Amino acid sequence: MSTVDTNTRIKNEIESSDVVLFMKGTPQAPQCGFSMQVVQILNHLGVPYKAINVLADGAIRDGIKAYSNWPTIPQLYVKNEFIGGCDIAKEMFQSGELVALLDKEGVPHAQASKA
Amino acid sequence: MTDQGKGVVKTRIAQKLTEALAPAALNVIDESHSHAGHGHHHPDGETHFRVEVVSAAFEGKSLIERHRLVNALLSDELAERVHALAISAKTPHEAAPV
Repeated sequence: MSTVDTNTRIKNEIESSDVVLFMKGTPQAPQCGFSMQVVQILNHLGVPYKAINVLADGAIRDGIKAYSNWPTIPQLYVKNEFIGGCDIAKEMFQSGELVALLDKEGVPHAQASKA
Repeated sequence: MTDQGKGVVKTRIAQKLTEALAPAALNVIDESHSHAGHGHHHPDGETHFRVEVVSAAFEGKSLIERHRLVNALLSDELAERVHALAISAKTPHEAAPV
């Protein structure tokens, strides 16, 4: 029963913002280097995002792993889609795929409208 | 060598990936030391790994599919002790120097 509640909460969070990051700590005070790297990428891109601190909520911390079938934190979502963890975010950022994805999904960011 | 029992998880990771992916290149790096003092630190280490795999098995797969494949192969380790797995998954073609 509580699993259903947690899934509903996760779903609501993911649907409430274009970009959602499940992380350890907060963007101001990340508690893990991997989470920090994704925060830095999002800040660099100037993307508005919602950060959820899984350390503050044990149900979400376990729930998000089951929800995405992904074993680790951080987890990045764009427009309800699970993108991946730190490595994927980094690789997509470096290759330009992340910006391309934001453009495609119509998510505003600081590097937009160069073309 | 100095510490019996160390490297057990690393060996298991390398074994599983070798059997499943027949990698052209494989690096399993224990990065636990750089996370010492962090909440997940385990006295024997082996909590944070970086794996670099080059395998034809990744051909035609997206980044997330490749990561899911590696995560699935190592699900036991992730459930037990390994808290973080950094993954670099390339095909032989992508890994070849330009």
